[in-house]
Amino acid sequence: MNLQVEMEQHRKTLIIRLSGELDHHTADMVRMRLDEAIQRGQVEHLILSLKGLQFMDSSGLGVILGRYKLIKSKGGKMVVCEVNPTVYRLLDMSGLFKIMQIYDNEGHALSGLEVVS
Amino acid sequence: MSGDKGNDRNFMTLQFAAKSENESFARVTVAAFISQLDPTMDELSDLKTVISEAVTNSVIHGYDCNSEGIVTITAEIIGDTVTLTVEDRGHGIEDLELAKQPLYTSKPELERSGMGFTIMENFMDEFEVSSEQGSGTSIRMKKRIESKKALYN
Repeated sequence: MNLQVEMEQHRKTLIIRLSGELDHHTADMVRMRLDEAIQRGQVEHLILSLKGLQFMDSSGLGVILGRYKLIKSKGGKMVVCEVNPTVYRLLDMSGLFKIMQIYDNEGHALSGLEVVS
Repeated sequence: MSGDKGNDRNFMTLQFAAKSENESFARVTVAAFISQLDPTMDELSDLKTVISEAVTNSVIHGYDCNSEGIVTITAEIIGDTVTLTVEDRGHGIEDLELAKQPLYTSKPELERSGMGFTIMENFMDEFEVSSEQGSGTSIRMKKRIESKKALYN
């Protein structure tokens, strides 16, 4: 599978680092792993860190929007950071930044979430 | 070759089983073919994205993930313009105008974003879909490649 998921929990915030290619083929695995982690742990907020993400298409958008709905229904927030220009264009086109904050890096995202929580 | 008049035609055809694991194969192969035009990174990633969208549509919507289906891609280069076609012989699209609406998806249960056609329209200069229920869908897209060479000259 040419997509890696790395997760790290900071208090009630789960940092998700995706690297590789997020398409229809890899989307199911990402969806399963994230939902499992969200249900299992004490996760209130999500930080999606996309530094290593080399490719993403509309299937990836579906995964992101799905997790956003899930965490929002639990009263939490989801933010993105470290977005490369290619992925940025896709997120921008889909109107994602109207519902999700974007930060330069994980540190800024964490402090941004602490302010709101 | 370099130094041509820019009118040479080149093409390739690619056929493969409608399996999700072939989506990355398809976009990487098309990108490799187009790299002879010396595209910028942005152009190359646009082309990879539209191929991924079109092939994913064929796999999910055209064939309902039945891997006996066949997807055919042709890529044609004339001068500095690339024409891509992605075809399947699947179910076809019931309502094309509806399918093209941003955020519309016929399969919300699969958590599709409904952005596939919007992305293809935005990333390419020309974009056309023809579809007939019961016999398949064909997508034809065109893009002029600026080329890094042209930027330097």
